[in-house]
Amino acid sequence: MKTVASLGAWFLSWLEAVGRAGIFLAQSVFRLPVRFNESVNLLIKQLYSVGVLSLVIVVVSGAFIGMVLALQGYSILAKFGSEEAVGQLLALALLRELAPVVTALLFAGRAGSSLTAEIGLMKATEQLSSFEMMGVDPLRRVIAPRFIAGVICLPLLSLIFSATGIIGGLVVSVGWLGVHDGAFWSLMQQSVYFDADIVNGFIKALCFSVAVTWIAVYQGYECVPTSEGIGKATTRTVVLGSLAILALDFVLTAAMFGDF
Amino acid sequence: MRSKRTELFVGCFIVLGILAFVYLAVQVSGLAFSGKKDTYQVVARFDDIGGLTSRAKVTIAGVEVGSVESIAFDKELYMGLVTMNIDSNVANIPEDSSIAILTSGLLGEKYLGITIGAEDENLVDGSEIYDTQSALVLETLISQFLFKSDDSED
Repeated sequence: MKTVASLGAWFLSWLEAVGRAGIFLAQSVFRLPVRFNESVNLLIKQLYSVGVLSLVIVVVSGAFIGMVLALQGYSILAKFGSEEAVGQLLALALLRELAPVVTALLFAGRAGSSLTAEIGLMKATEQLSSFEMMGVDPLRRVIAPRFIAGVICLPLLSLIFSATGIIGGLVVSVGWLGVHDGAFWSLMQQSVYFDADIVNGFIKALCFSVAVTWIAVYQGYECVPTSEGIGKATTRTVVLGSLAILALDFVLTAAMFGDF
Repeated sequence: MRSKRTELFVGCFIVLGILAFVYLAVQVSGLAFSGKKDTYQVVARFDDIGGLTSRAKVTIAGVEVGSVESIAFDKELYMGLVTMNIDSNVANIPEDSSIAILTSGLLGEKYLGITIGAEDENLVDGSEIYDTQSALVLETLISQFLFKSDDSED
């Protein structure tokens, strides 16, 4: 009886947290900005710290993942005498799966954790309450630009990841392993469809960006305002963010590519 | 407070993202921005389309001249009805040409190959190619081979 009750209590508190997070998101995003110019300034600052500063890790890991894929794919495909198909393998794997998922995981670690820590520290040092004292809505001033910047940045980073991955794979397979470059591109272009692969990959990245950034800003805003609480909230952002990405990825993949 | 430096970096970042998108669209998926090409539609009925898909290419002498628009089932004749778009530049295909479902390589994708006939009249929009050759299905081929070899032993 007690177990059932505690299960019910757990479910209700979970439901409450989800509801609170939903209201929080709606309040921070769907309220119109006070002054358009000022909110653009805030957004640009966040785009810089969330997007531009994540660029290096995304480009480097994209290039290396492309190179590794090309090497692994080549060694297996060469057994069947069809090493030209490495371009096809590379493009499909990157566009459909690896670019959105890996970029989102990196983003959760690189940008999501810093968003949580920053907002959490603002809460701990009572900057959020002082905004309220001054009559400035902290949701609009602090949360909204960070959330919107995250949602804009992750799809762009995912596209950059795909492009650098394909260039990295091209360097390894054509430049180093000696795959014929005409066959490399033509097989790739034959099997990659703009709407089915590139647009679907982009939609995936967009969904991940909403999930990760939402979790990050919510965890920061709701954290216990102590140093331990901020640490826990940051950990939760990365763990919950990664799990959300992987679970969402399965659902989205089943919906997009499931009907063979 | 926003500095020019930050603005510049953000601008570069967004341009980079758009460039990556254009690169993926043009170079990787081979998307052509030339718009819809001028084409005319021709249909053909096959006994067995064996894995042909829409968007498969239509070739003459191995050169791509069009693509498969749609594949449907003709329930009156119990045949596969293939509708294809052929480039308007190639408007001189004789009416009695034959069409076959071919495979590129041993296990590659299926495509259509048109063999040119001798008639003076040409195919126009909406006309049908009557001389069709179905896809080679491996199982059918093997069973034919087995029965043939049985016959020769008698």
